[in-house]
Amino acid sequence: MTAEANAGVPRLEVRGVTKRFPGVLANDHVNFAVDPGEVHALLGENGAGKSTLVKMIYGVLHPDEGRLLWNGEAMDITDPHAARALGIGMVFQHFSLFEAMTVLENIALGMDEPGDMASLSRRVVEVSQAYGLPLDPDRNVYTLSVGERQRIEIVRCLLQNPKLLIMDEPTSVLTPQEVERLFETLRKLSAEGVSILYISHKLDEIKALCDRATILRGGRVVGECDPSVETAKSMAQMMIGEELKSVTRRSAGTHGEARLAVEGLTMPSEEIHGIDLKNVSFSVKAGEVFGIAGVAGNGQNELLLGLSGERLAHHDTIVRIDGEPVGRRDAGARRRLGICVVPEERNGHGAVPGMSLVENGVLSGHHRMDLLSNVFIRFGAAARFASEIVEAFDVRTPGIAASAGSLSGGNLQKFIVGREILQKPKVLIVSQPTWGVDAGAAATIHQALADLAAEGVAVVVVSQDLDELLAISDRLAVINVGVLSSAMVTKEASVEEIGLLMGGVHGLEPAPERAPEEAANVA
Amino acid sequence: MSLSTSFKIEPRREIPRSLLYATPLLAVVLTVVAGFFIFLFMGYDPFLSLYHFFVSPLLTFYGLSELMVKAAPLIMIGVGLAIGFRANVWNIGAEGQLTLGAITGGVVALAFWNQEGIWILPLMCIAGILGGMAYAAIPAFLKTHLNVNEILTSLMLTYVATLFLSTLVYGPLKDPMGFNFPQSRMFGDSALLPILLEGTRMHLGTVLALLIAVAGWVLMTFTIVGFQIRVLGQAPAAARFAGFSRTKLIWLCLMISGGLAGLAGTFEVSGPIGQLIPVITPGYGFTAIIVAFLGRLHPLGIILSGLLMALSYIGGENAQVEVGLPQAVTGVFQGLLLFFLLASDFLVRYRIRRRAAVPQAVGAAQPAE
Amino acid sequence: MAPDAAVLVILTVVGAATPLLFAALGELVVEKSGVLNLGVEGMMILGAVSAFAVAVSTGSGALGVVAGMLAGMAMAFIFGVLTLTLAANQVATGLALTIFGLGLSSLMGASFIGIPVEPLAKLSIPGISQIPIIGPLFFGHDALVYLSFAAVVAIAWFLKKSRAGMILRAVGESDISAHSIGYNVIAVRYRAVLFGGAMAGLGGAFLSLSYTPLWNEGMTAGRGWIALALVVFSSWRPWRLLVGAYLFGGVTILQLYTQGAGGLGIPAQVMSMLPYLATILVLAVIAAGPWKGRLDAPACLGKPFRPST
Repeated sequence: MTAEANAGVPRLEVRGVTKRFPGVLANDHVNFAVDPGEVHALLGENGAGKSTLVKMIYGVLHPDEGRLLWNGEAMDITDPHAARALGIGMVFQHFSLFEAMTVLENIALGMDEPGDMASLSRRVVEVSQAYGLPLDPDRNVYTLSVGERQRIEIVRCLLQNPKLLIMDEPTSVLTPQEVERLFETLRKLSAEGVSILYISHKLDEIKALCDRATILRGGRVVGECDPSVETAKSMAQMMIGEELKSVTRRSAGTHGEARLAVEGLTMPSEEIHGIDLKNVSFSVKAGEVFGIAGVAGNGQNELLLGLSGERLAHHDTIVRIDGEPVGRRDAGARRRLGICVVPEERNGHGAVPGMSLVENGVLSGHHRMDLLSNVFIRFGAAARFASEIVEAFDVRTPGIAASAGSLSGGNLQKFIVGREILQKPKVLIVSQPTWGVDAGAAATIHQALADLAAEGVAVVVVSQDLDELLAISDRLAVINVGVLSSAMVTKEASVEEIGLLMGGVHGLEPAPERAPEEAANVA
Repeated sequence: MSLSTSFKIEPRREIPRSLLYATPLLAVVLTVVAGFFIFLFMGYDPFLSLYHFFVSPLLTFYGLSELMVKAAPLIMIGVGLAIGFRANVWNIGAEGQLTLGAITGGVVALAFWNQEGIWILPLMCIAGILGGMAYAAIPAFLKTHLNVNEILTSLMLTYVATLFLSTLVYGPLKDPMGFNFPQSRMFGDSALLPILLEGTRMHLGTVLALLIAVAGWVLMTFTIVGFQIRVLGQAPAAARFAGFSRTKLIWLCLMISGGLAGLAGTFEVSGPIGQLIPVITPGYGFTAIIVAFLGRLHPLGIILSGLLMALSYIGGENAQVEVGLPQAVTGVFQGLLLFFLLASDFLVRYRIRRRAAVPQAVGAAQPAE
Repeated sequence: MAPDAAVLVILTVVGAATPLLFAALGELVVEKSGVLNLGVEGMMILGAVSAFAVAVSTGSGALGVVAGMLAGMAMAFIFGVLTLTLAANQVATGLALTIFGLGLSSLMGASFIGIPVEPLAKLSIPGISQIPIIGPLFFGHDALVYLSFAAVVAIAWFLKKSRAGMILRAVGESDISAHSIGYNVIAVRYRAVLFGGAMAGLGGAFLSLSYTPLWNEGMTAGRGWIALALVVFSSWRPWRLLVGAYLFGGVTILQLYTQGAGGLGIPAQVMSMLPYLATILVLAVIAAGPWKGRLDAPACLGKPFRPST
């Protein structure tokens, strides 16, 4: 085998790789190397260029400059087939799965020579058992949990005996317990000589798992380190490049009656493969930041729609603002009463990509900011509103006439958050407030949310980032398969407890050898 | 593959206005060039054919007035359709709504065929609008209540409408003194649109069509209703997020486009035709789809594209008389124009750039076995 | 009704159903790959006129059929360039294809109106085809009818069992996923679109060479659109498509026969509305019914895709 023949030669070496997208330099002369059997971390914030880099290694994208060396030889990885032929496997952050097809079909599609389906099915069961990744080949993907879906991707790679396994943010969709099991699998693979390129922005995971870390910032390599000797803080500083700011909160906090009260919200999903909400109840008082934790795809989107009024409840009294029943009122009516919302998806939901910032201000602000005179839009006032947002939230844009779609993700997020906050809401509901924004902007947004709460607004934050919720919320609850747990005071909550709730007691299929131990934990 | 390695195609982050409005002209030029070769291929003198198709109809006063007569329904329907298309409401059954408007307007005219009164014409117009609206209400209801695709339903209804008109003029509305020809009585004078210019067929409707386009522009550009329609089309989730009712907007779009098509139908029978006959339109309802796209779904652009498409009708007739071209050439031209327009859209949405450097690594090696 | 008359009715139903079946099968494959081609009517009528022109000029029905398929493919290729390579709006492009096809077909067909053509040869097996009822019912059709049945079986097998069919479904289900694991989404879709064009052209060829057999302007009379509706009706399943096509063939023939039988006092035009009204009714019933079949609609249907590289 070539790997033995070239002892001491890295399995993969990236030399001077550069990739440009319109308006963005995603990778700027990136260099690093991964040795056989090494677990190598690519560490960086959202938008640092990690995903672009690994997509080039897997042949999905092509570098504008630079080269890739495989076992010391220059390679032209034209497409994923070529990558797989070399022995490169990849587990995507946003899975490359086909929902309406079976597990087996999904696996066969990801292989170049799957052989006949019956024997492939047997091999899937074998491999999935050998690595503690139980899978039923005949299930349709849409019936599976996110963790199970990830197993499909991993098994698909393992069936092709990879020499390098790329994992792009694999834990962002897993519960803490599922993460632990994934790590066991990865350690086992590493011991077998498989190189692993592990992409993450989570420092403790990298410390726990990786032998070496390459740190990316703004598309450039800014450092390399041994995570076992670094502290989380020192790595964070390399990753972020500035001192971390912490949120300052006036703790006086909550008072009075519930501003937002939800009682028994049950709502079937309108998505084909969506999650139904089951009897969700919670309430948020003035001055309180209420966190909703959970693994992605457990009903967060549905809950957001139910709160914003984009979908209606069965009875008016199920949702109340300051005691007033609004369950049967639409988004416009609820907004008039004081609910402002920042949806998870910016382009196409929170903003219209093809429209200017002025028009995007009108989108949700037309009533509360008084931007209409009869049916006519007051464009002067609308322009002033847009300028105000741009200024107050440091939105980097050529001007307010620029289209929302031309802004970077982080700047658009700042614009949308700013647009909702400046409308002086009574209740603010924010989903993934800091996704894709840099650390500085994240701190600004967290501070703005804290200030808003201090002014007596009830704030609901839905986030997959548990650390974020632990930092900014007063109370939090966990959503799992459409069921919301009872709320707990954040300061008194343990991560383990939250993790178990995120997994749902029945949602996690324990690995065979650990079953008794986990059952004990649950009990 | 050499193209993709030496050039790079990137989506534009900002759509340049200049290109957005210049590409329809490019499409027209390309269509004329294609026309040149089609005529050549078919054995006609291409210069003479193009001249009689595109130029000579514009050289007489009567020709120009006919241009307005044919452009009027195209503009009216095109404006209505464009409003719907902006909202992603694909009403392609304007031909049927036009036919229904012609029928309802015509029935009013025939009901009062031997009476005089200035109220007859307005009553016909109202009946025409309501007829078109009622017909568009069927796809609207099916789409908003059952989520049935409006493209198929509105189109199927077009065939039904044409057959319905035919049923009427062969049956109950047939002129009793008409020697059994399939046509209604001639409308009374009060049911005919006033002619604006003596010696031409230019009727009041031509001016109204222009006013309707301006009204459409105001609606789409300056009002919250137009804004809601645009948001619904570009980002339905954002429309719902903002509390804009999808159901109401779909109804509104179909009522506007159906009503305008119905009014255009009434204008046709009370203007150039003057009675109900089995065929009252040379496909205005379909051509208006092209008019809407060519005008960039912008009501003022639609005035220009409506005139151009009207020219394709008159030019087709003219070239048939002058050089013996088959009339079907008109349809070919219209289709080609839309093709070229859609193709040129690529230039609007994407930028083609030469690659900065040779990207791939030298000496690709074989995978290790 | 006498047995012979009943056989005759069934034979005409087969004639009316076959062009719908061809066109709809092609569109089903196209839609399974995630592309919505609304230009079926345009491809079909160009197929009809091309087949007719070639059959008349060469005297060969087979050549005519081939010409019809090629004409449909040529139209589909235009659609592919616009929507797949240039990422144009599929709805608008499909409409353009129909307008263009109707115009071009009447241009090409102007000199063929009223000219007779030798209909496609019926299968004739001495002895067997003469058996009463069974003979004409099962052994008296032209080759295209049998081909249409074979196509149902072949397409059902292709989609469900073959690897290429699995890739086609994957592309229609998630273009982004398919691209990221290394499939050439655009190439797969081009093949599907061209196949759809060939099938629509075949449907057109059957119309002008077997069903009527004559050329007339606009002779497809909305059959391309009905084929589109049939695909929805079938929930993207070839076998249900077969049922749907014959159901519609039946409605068409019912209308012709009631007209012939004095029309029960109903004007002929009203009876002619039946297929169109039935289409609307079927679409509404499918949408309202409990078997919505939404799961079967390809998730990427109608969405443009351009790979980034």
